[in-house]
Amino acid sequence: MVFVIQTALELGFMYALVSMALFLSYRVLDIADLTTDGAFVLGMAVSVSLAAAGHPFLAIPAAMAAGALAGFVTAFLQTKMGVPSILAGIVTNTGLYTVNLMAMGWSSNVNLLKQETIFSLFKKTGIGGGWYELVLAAVITIAAGAFLIWFLGTRLGLSIRATGDNRDMVRASSINPIFTVTVGLCIANAFTALSGAVVGQLQKSADINGGTGIVVIGLACLIIGETVIGRGSVRRGVLAVLAGSVIYRFIYAVVLKTKVVPIECLKLVTAVIVALAIAMPTLKAYGALRKRRWAASRKKGGQ
Amino acid sequence: MLLVESISKIFNEGTVNEKKALSGLSLHLAPGDFVTIVGSNGAGKSTLFNAVSGSFYVDEGSVALDGKDITFVPEHKRSRVIGRLFQDPLRGTAPHMTIEENLALAYLRTSRGKAPFSRISKKDKIFFEEKLSLLDMGLEQRMSQPVGLLSGGQRQALTLLMSTIVPPKLLLLDEHTAALDPAAAEKILTLTKDIVASNGITCMMVTHNMNQALSMGNRTIMMADGKIVLDISGEERKGMTVDGLLERFKDNAGHALDNDRILLSTQTGKEH
Repeated sequence: MVFVIQTALELGFMYALVSMALFLSYRVLDIADLTTDGAFVLGMAVSVSLAAAGHPFLAIPAAMAAGALAGFVTAFLQTKMGVPSILAGIVTNTGLYTVNLMAMGWSSNVNLLKQETIFSLFKKTGIGGGWYELVLAAVITIAAGAFLIWFLGTRLGLSIRATGDNRDMVRASSINPIFTVTVGLCIANAFTALSGAVVGQLQKSADINGGTGIVVIGLACLIIGETVIGRGSVRRGVLAVLAGSVIYRFIYAVVLKTKVVPIECLKLVTAVIVALAIAMPTLKAYGALRKRRWAASRKKGGQ
Repeated sequence: MLLVESISKIFNEGTVNEKKALSGLSLHLAPGDFVTIVGSNGAGKSTLFNAVSGSFYVDEGSVALDGKDITFVPEHKRSRVIGRLFQDPLRGTAPHMTIEENLALAYLRTSRGKAPFSRISKKDKIFFEEKLSLLDMGLEQRMSQPVGLLSGGQRQALTLLMSTIVPPKLLLLDEHTAALDPAAAEKILTLTKDIVASNGITCMMVTHNMNQALSMGNRTIMMADGKIVLDISGEERKGMTVDGLLERFKDNAGHALDNDRILLSTQTGKEH
C-alpha cells in the first residue's frame, strides 16, 4: 500500500507539469494545444540523450528550451500563418516525431545504464531517504507551479490571461495578441518537456511512443482537479492541477494493483472520462430541456 | 489632430456581396473637437471607426493622427493613443479577471516596454481606487472581484475608465450607451462628458439619438453610403432642430434617413 501511494505521488507530481501546461494553454489562453504529446517525448528524448552523454543537469534546461521551441513553431503557425490552432498543434506534433528520433540518435529508444541522473545524484545527498525520488519530483513541480502563479500575476502574465479571456480588449490595451499567444505556448510546452525530462530520467529511458495520449491524460487530471478543488483564481487552478494529477495516478495505481479494469483498457476509460467531463455542461442543459418539455406536455395533457 | 484623407474600403470585392463601405471619405478634426455622428443603417459609421482604430487597413487614402501617418500602423499600436468603446458592454473588459487586473492591463499603455515582469504595486492600487471612486458606483470596494459579476452599466463605466485612465489623444464612442437601461445610459453619458472635458480629449461619438447628437459636443456629422453628407458646427448647429437636421439630410443624401432606431427615438421624444 505504501508503495502504491509512493508511486502515485511520484508520478502525480511529475505528470502534473503536463496538466499545468494544459492549464496555461487550454484554460488560460483558451487554445487546444495538441503539441503536447510530441513535446513530452521531445523533453524525454533530449533529457535522456544528454544524461547518457553525461550531462544530467544540463539535460533539464535543454529539454525545456527544446519544448519552448516546439511551442514557438505551433504559435508561429497559428498566429502568423493562419493555420487553425488545433491543426497547428497536430502539424508540429507530426514533425516532432522525426525530430524526436533524431534527438535519440535515430533510434526508437534510449536507455541509461550506469550513467548518473538527477535522481541518482540527488540520492547521494541523502535527503528524503527512501522517498528521495518523490522529494525531488515534488520540489521540481512545486517550483514550477510557484513560478506559474508568480508569472501570471506579472504584467506580461496578465496580458496572457486577458488574451484568452477577451482578445478585443487586449488589442485595445495596446498588447499584441500574437506576442502573448507565442509566449504562452512557449512556456506551456517548456513545462510539458520538463515533465518528459524528469520522467525520462526517473525511468532511465526514453521511448518514441512514450507520449501517446498524454494530452488526454493531462486534461483528465485538470478536470478531476477542478471538480475537487474548483475553478477561479490562478492559484486555485495550479493547486487543482496538482491534486487532479495525484488523484489520477492514485486511481491508476489502484487499478493496476487490483485489476478492476483490465490495464489495456485504461486509455479508453480515460478518454471516456475526459469526453464526459467536457460534455457535462451540454448534457446538463439537454437534461434540463427534456425535463421541461416533459413537464409542459403533462400540463397540456391534464387540461 | 485627426486627418482622414479620402479613404475607401470595399468588402468582399469581386463577389456578389461586394459592399463599398467607405467611398472617398475625408474628415479633419481639430484638437478638442467633440463630434457626434448620426447616419442611416449601414452608412459606414462603425467602418469609419474601424478604419481609424486600425481593425483593418483602408484600400485607399490615408489616416494621420497628430501629424503622424498611421495608415499602416497595426491596431494594437494605435490603441496606445486611440481609446474605443463599443455598444456591447462585454467587449471592453476581461470577465474572468478582477477589476484591479483589468485596470492594470489598461494602465499598461503608459508603462510601455518597461518591466513586463513587474506586478501591480500598492501605489497602483491606490491610484486605481481613486479613479474608480470617481465613477461613484462603489466599485473601489470590489477591486478583487471578477468583472463578470458587474452589471452592463458598471462594465461600460469600467471600460470608459480603462480607455481613458491614460488619456488617449482620440476617443471613439460607438453607440456606447445604446445597450444600457435609461438610468445607466444617463450615468455613462454624464461620466463621458466629465472625463472628456477634464482631460481635453478629442472625441467622436456615434449615436442614434438625434437630440443627443445636437446637444452633446461642438460638431455634428451625418453619414450616408460611406460618405459624409452633412457637417455642421458653430452658429449653424446651435440653431438646428431635429426636424431641420432630418430635412438637410434628405436634401444632401438624396433619400430620407432610414435608421429605424433613430426614427423610433425621434418619435418617442426626448429619451435621455
